[in-house]
Amino acid sequence: MAGQEQQQPQSRDTQVDEDIPEAPPAPPEAQASASTEGVDDLLDEIDGVLESNAEEFVRAFVQKGGQ
Amino acid sequence: MTGAQGSAGGEALPAGGAMRVMGAETEYGIHAPSAPSANATMMSARVVQAYAQVTRQRAAGGAETRWDYTDEEPLHDARGWTVDRGAAHPSQLTDQPPVLDAEAVALAYGREELELDGQDESGTLLMNMVLGNGARLYVDHAHPEYSSPEVTNPRDAVAWDAAGDLVGLAAVRRLAADPALPPVNLYKNNTDNKSVSYGSHENYLMPRSVPFGDIVRGLTPFFVSRQVVCGAGRVGIGQDSSIPGFQISQRADFFEAEVGLETTIRRPIINTRDEPHATADKYRRLHVIIGDANLSQVSNYLKFGTTALVLSLIEAGLAPRIEVFEPVAALKTVSHDTTLTAKLRLLDGRRVTALDLQWMYHEAAAKLAQDTGVGDSVDGDGHTHEVLERWASVLTQLDNDRAAAASSVEWVAKLSLLEGYRQRDGLEWSDARLGLVDLQWADIRPEKGLYYRLLSRNRMQRVVDDAAIAKAVSEPPADTRAFFRGKCISTFGKDVVGASWDSVIFDVPGYGRLQRVPTREPLRGTKALTGALFERYRDAAPFLGELLGHNSTPPAA
Repeated sequence: MAGQEQQQPQSRDTQVDEDIPEAPPAPPEAQASASTEGVDDLLDEIDGVLESNAEEFVRAFVQKGGQ
Repeated sequence: MTGAQGSAGGEALPAGGAMRVMGAETEYGIHAPSAPSANATMMSARVVQAYAQVTRQRAAGGAETRWDYTDEEPLHDARGWTVDRGAAHPSQLTDQPPVLDAEAVALAYGREELELDGQDESGTLLMNMVLGNGARLYVDHAHPEYSSPEVTNPRDAVAWDAAGDLVGLAAVRRLAADPALPPVNLYKNNTDNKSVSYGSHENYLMPRSVPFGDIVRGLTPFFVSRQVVCGAGRVGIGQDSSIPGFQISQRADFFEAEVGLETTIRRPIINTRDEPHATADKYRRLHVIIGDANLSQVSNYLKFGTTALVLSLIEAGLAPRIEVFEPVAALKTVSHDTTLTAKLRLLDGRRVTALDLQWMYHEAAAKLAQDTGVGDSVDGDGHTHEVLERWASVLTQLDNDRAAAASSVEWVAKLSLLEGYRQRDGLEWSDARLGLVDLQWADIRPEKGLYYRLLSRNRMQRVVDDAAIAKAVSEPPADTRAFFRGKCISTFGKDVVGASWDSVIFDVPGYGRLQRVPTREPLRGTKALTGALFERYRDAAPFLGELLGHNSTPPAA
């Protein structure tokens, strides 16, 4: 996605990937992606949901073969 | 035109568009964080067992039924031969009932582990269930697998596939509530990023009269490129993720052949397993193994809808005449290029992008849909118009306005979230937190799964609403034989001793032997044909009496 991304200052010390369209003059379904201000908020929420020890958790996820 | 699909009995789906008998199979990644060395087959059996306990509570008399293997033919090759059992890889022998009995468990994993497990009354761990919604829930190798009931259109495919995620969730909740067992997480993804992949398969019914070579030629360029619409996104390049980065598809790096029978080794772009699970001289079941498991409903919808359209093109002899040079390498090129600008070489010398290929198929499918009338927004078949519209809309967004695709295309949504982390925290692609975001994206628990966090904020579009998915957990589709299978189980569960895609087996007092009801026509056994019969009877004996034609009427199923 190089070249597709723009950065937009959202607050003093945070930059956010501007992957969400600003004002979609778009079909109703595009409303789903309309909220720009929620990105910081979203990452904050996900911080609280992520398993605590990333390295160990990812390493321990070992699967046996499948189709 | 090749005529309508379906049986000679009058049941048929409109041809030329996105309607077709189809179904999904999802193998879930399974992990117990508090018991990381726990045996995966054992844990998978616990998942099935847990769901059996859930449904026993729901349906008095028991909604669990064992699988009937009579018609499984995993070594039949669509190209016209059968592999010798001795020459087959053990994982190809899927027709042997994997009932994990006490002795086998004890031999493999030790007595103590066995004693931790809830076993059913017969002393075996349940490895296989047929559900009241017509689906199958079972242990496939070392993963729990949900195989959706047969549906006739991509919208229903999304609903009954998503229902499988709720089935898994119910089992996970049940296990989490059991203090004697470690909690188990299920992930709707396709790799552990340590060189192992597990599948999410699609099945499509096709007339056997279509030459298999046409299917291979027509589908290969489509399968090389469709990941731009329905790839789920993956952190890491290479089977073992040894190269840091992000790619479009979970599965692409695991494919090594163009055509073949295998599904676990030397995986082919076109799989030739030929078990029709239906009248064999009329139908083939096209077994598609190249897809990613999708949580995004739009990606999932388009995965089924556009593939069905392309199969209609192939049946009509109207698939675009395209041949991709070295398709296995091209598949990986597409997956590794998130800018979508990589050019693939065609055998005729043209160089095109994956999006170009998708537009070629779209154009051909739109023309066929118009010519046959199934694509009309008012008088069409009710599905094809929407698939074509959404397909064009997503391709246009991927062309011109990538950000807009983040609410629909799964890999774009995941990448957008990962880029958020990379920007905010300055993370390299090798950072474990990005690997965790990728993994946890697919956790099926809504409070932990990152896809579900985005969905709850309306950042992901829905194709079917939550109520329809919840209903699909217990109700079968009305318009295929899955209706008959599911209703038999939910209505007469205690008298059903086995079921499969093309049969239901009863053991009813008063009958001297087991009664096997064949359901070899996928578009019979529908609500329209058998709904009234289920309304009339509360007991299996008179139900079977009428169904099996003691008055010499032909079976309705």
